[in-house]
Amino acid sequence: MSARVTLSVDGRAVAVAAGASVAAAIEAAGVAVFRHSVTGTARAPLCGMGICQECRVTIDGEPHRLACQTACAEGMRVETAAAGGSRGVGR
Amino acid sequence: MSAIATVDCDVLVVGAGPAGLAAAGAAARAGAGVVVLDDNAGPGGQIWRGAGAGVAAPDARAAAPWLDALEHPRVQPLAGARLFAQPAPGLALAETPAGPLAVRHVRAVLCPGARELFLPFPGWTLPGVAGAGGLSALVKSGTPVAGQRVVVAGSGPLLFAVARELKRHGARVLLIAEQAPRGRVARFAAGLWRWPAKLADALAHRAALAGVPYRTGSWPVEALGGEALAAVRVSDGRRVREIPCDRLACGFGLVPNAEPARLFGCAIAAGGAVATGARQETSVPGVFAAGEAAGIAGLEAALAEGAIAGLAAAGAGEIPAGPRRARERARAFGAAIARAFALRDDLRALARPETVVCRCEDVTRGALADQPGWRAAKLHTRCGMGPCQGRVCGPAAEFLFGWGAESVRPPAFPVRLESLAAAGEVPPGGTEGP
Amino acid sequence: MSGSPSPDALVVGAGIVGAACAWELARAGVRVSVLEAGLPGGGATAAGMGHVVVLDDNEPEFRLAKLSHELWSALAPELPAGAEFTRPGTLWVAADGEELDAAARRAAAYDSRGVAAELLDARQLAEAEPELRDGLAGGLLVRDDAVVYPPCVVPWLLDGARRAGAQVDAGRRVAAIEGRAVRCADGGRREAAWVVLATGAWAPELVPGLPVRRRKGHLVVTDRYPGFVRHQLVELGYLKSAHGTGSESVAFNVQPRPSGQLLVGSSRQLGVDDDAIDHRLLSRMLRRALEYLPGLARRHALRAWTGFRAATPDGQPLIGPWPGHDGLLLATGHEGLGITTAFGTAWLVADMVLGRPSPLPREPYLPARLAGSAP
Ligand SMILES: Cc1cc2nc3c(=O)[nH]c(=O)nc-3n(C[C@H](O)[C@H](O)[C@H](O)COP(=O)(O)OP(=O)(O)OC[C@H]3O[C@@H](n4cnc5c(N)ncnc54)[C@H](O)[C@@H]3O)c2cc1C
Ligand SMILES: Cc1cc2nc3c(=O)[nH]c(=O)nc-3n(C[C@H](O)[C@H](O)[C@H](O)COP(=O)(O)OP(=O)(O)OC[C@H]3O[C@@H](n4cnc5c(N)ncnc54)[C@H](O)[C@@H]3O)c2cc1C
Ligand code: FES
Repeated sequence: MSARVTLSVDGRAVAVAAGASVAAAIEAAGVAVFRHSVTGTARAPLCGMGICQECRVTIDGEPHRLACQTACAEGMRVETAAAGGSRGVGR
Repeated sequence: MSAIATVDCDVLVVGAGPAGLAAAGAAARAGAGVVVLDDNAGPGGQIWRGAGAGVAAPDARAAAPWLDALEHPRVQPLAGARLFAQPAPGLALAETPAGPLAVRHVRAVLCPGARELFLPFPGWTLPGVAGAGGLSALVKSGTPVAGQRVVVAGSGPLLFAVARELKRHGARVLLIAEQAPRGRVARFAAGLWRWPAKLADALAHRAALAGVPYRTGSWPVEALGGEALAAVRVSDGRRVREIPCDRLACGFGLVPNAEPARLFGCAIAAGGAVATGARQETSVPGVFAAGEAAGIAGLEAALAEGAIAGLAAAGAGEIPAGPRRARERARAFGAAIARAFALRDDLRALARPETVVCRCEDVTRGALADQPGWRAAKLHTRCGMGPCQGRVCGPAAEFLFGWGAESVRPPAFPVRLESLAAAGEVPPGGTEGP
Repeated sequence: MSGSPSPDALVVGAGIVGAACAWELARAGVRVSVLEAGLPGGGATAAGMGHVVVLDDNEPEFRLAKLSHELWSALAPELPAGAEFTRPGTLWVAADGEELDAAARRAAAYDSRGVAAELLDARQLAEAEPELRDGLAGGLLVRDDAVVYPPCVVPWLLDGARRAGAQVDAGRRVAAIEGRAVRCADGGRREAAWVVLATGAWAPELVPGLPVRRRKGHLVVTDRYPGFVRHQLVELGYLKSAHGTGSESVAFNVQPRPSGQLLVGSSRQLGVDDDAIDHRLLSRMLRRALEYLPGLARRHALRAWTGFRAATPDGQPLIGPWPGHDGLLLATGHEGLGITTAFGTAWLVADMVLGRPSPLPREPYLPARLAGSAP
């Protein structure tokens, strides 16, 4: 329970419990908007289970990965809409 | 090109929720070599998500004996592996973080569970609005809600489990809004004595949720906010109340995840679940289905069906009476839920012309109004053409417009091109019919 | 259905070709009825890539494509937003010196016939498309080639035809062509001076013996990656694949959509009637694309599908009368180029119905050239 991993969300370091999802880490970092939709509206996780694709962020340089189903790993780099969007997310 | 990682087994189990765990355990104990694929980082499915990981372990006690199946020497669990194609009978392709993986198998048991039914209403795309089970799943994976004001809304007994989970994590649950009318819910509650375990659950929920108002005949009509949720407007058909909150957890029941079965060519029953027989067999020889993908009936049904399917897939002749009886009891419960929590027509009127229905492509209700059907809507408005592949807007459009869904083609989920490229490069193993 | 006065032309099939014919005919004053079995634009037109490309493998192909490209360009300002008409241009990619030589010859040929084309060396190619792999020889850039989203063009054309008096019956299947009349599957019968058959790869069902075969193709669409590629990228070997007579081939062909999505093609397969994904061929097709664009490996594929091209023995479409069938005009056999050539085809069909001269020689497309050849 006490093991923690540290990753970066939009360039900021965040420590979360081992096993936490990237979605959890993003919210723990105080980020509410995960991505922007194709018409530019703010979005965040809906289904929590890998269905809706609303939680897509850039993880370690790969755009459009699901934050809700990806477990945090030490040193992971996560970029949300705030970081200019993962390359190509949104418009 | 490096060779694709390939594993062989007697029985492939898709999904490590209650149904998949039960199936894997039963098949392994009956002598079969089993591979269990699940797209989550850990096993447990929706209800037992994170039970093994230590992030959240509420149901850890209940889950433990079932999770033990994964320790069986004949069971190989593969986490983070998502089934996306079936290039040939007996060959399944999954994507894992390490790359594509081929699973050659003789029989398959499909247990991919269910997803929530989301209905569009103004504001439902705002950050802060999530599914009911959705928020619960997020919280089980570590999303912080302590001190936050949450409204839980939608329909079905899942709302209690969700509210309880949120409360346990320190959220202030302001209200549970149930769309079903009071009479139906009361009759359902009065009949719960027939399922003692469910009655016990209900009493435990009530105790845990003391002080949280539960309003029947109430539903959300609008979520308000700029870049994030600020308040939700809840109607009881006469009056609309505005409730300031940080989150809205809203789901209108469950929809079977039938896509893996469609990929395997299995027939689908009316209502969208995979059609199964007495041994949980589907219309495709050697392919079985269990759990909520085969009909929404809750945990006990998933466990019983999983056990039956696992035995059948391992080639057992007789199915013991125990799980068969448990299955019938649990399915009766599922039918009672479906009756009690049928959706009211008012919900069809929530989305305005400018309300987004397809969240991937931002297609509004107004844009869909003139379309003659789902295929035309897809082609002409891009509705359902985005990465969720219509899994969210498809059931919503079915509810709003009565449109039926289309067949499923690989990839059944978005996958890396390298994974899709791998799908044609594995020789099917020496498989046999059942 | 009976009792109504006969329209002048019945257009059977409302893919891009039938819709363009109906539109052109109706605007020219012909009374038109369109009969479409399914969803207008839901056949090959929905499966295609929408690359409006001036192919120049041979003179007739070039002429029809160039005329059609001009017609597309003239229409572009009027097209609805959903048609997503853009001009990324085509960048034909040369893998080696031999292909680059071929590209140079094509550049000269395009140039001499008024199509803007320029030759790129290896460095210019890498600058134009940084995601292409290293070591390529260069490319041929045809600047004005366009892309469209055809399923949204078809309803627009049909609306235009309706406004000019045409009648459009979607969901009405034609069961048989009987001289200057058609019999519908629901039993109705309609007569007209002309029957225009535009049922694409299904044409032989209504005119047995027609030399049209189905050539199956696969496509994949990705999630949004704006800027990943900027031009429609096609390997120079594509023409070999497109015009080859082998039973199976793949070629690197990637299109950037205005949405930022990428369409990845292409495959060709004869003698297959079922529309299921063929994973073996899909793999070959994707491997080919990955050879040219290695960075695609970790881009996400959203969907894959198949479609059927209407292939003819000599690779030219069938536009005009079919011997032995009075009043029948064929408008099919467009193989992998029917989005491009729909408007030129419609123009020729209208000329024939109205007895007008045509802006280009009709002979190469006249079906009579193939009468008697086996399908
Ligand atoms: C979001 C959500 C939350 C829920 N929360 C609760 C709760 O708290 N309490 C409760 O009693 N009930 C809950 N339910 C109801 C729950 O579905 C059932 O109680 C029960 O868990 C069903 O068991 P199952 O094995 O059929 O499916 P699930 O538990 O859903 O398990 C299916 C598993 O298969 C995986 N899967 C799906 N598709 C693929 C694929 N293509 N490849 C690989 N793996 C795949 C899923 O990720 C999942 O892990 C919830 C339902 C949902 C949708
Ligand atoms: C994978 C692929 C990629 C392609 N890419 C390109 C490209 O980039 N550029 C390009 O120019 N071309 C491309 N093409 C080719 C192009 O799609 C076709 O040439 C074009 O769509 C043909 O249009 P059509 O109207 O003749 O046929 P279709 O669109 O197939 O229309 C025929 C219509 O007839 C209807 N019909 C059939 N039978 C009956 C009946 N009995 N009664 C009534 N109606 C009937 C059908 O329902 C259908 O709607 C591609 C094709 C494929 C398969
Ligand atoms: S929240 Fe729906 S896919 Fe992640």
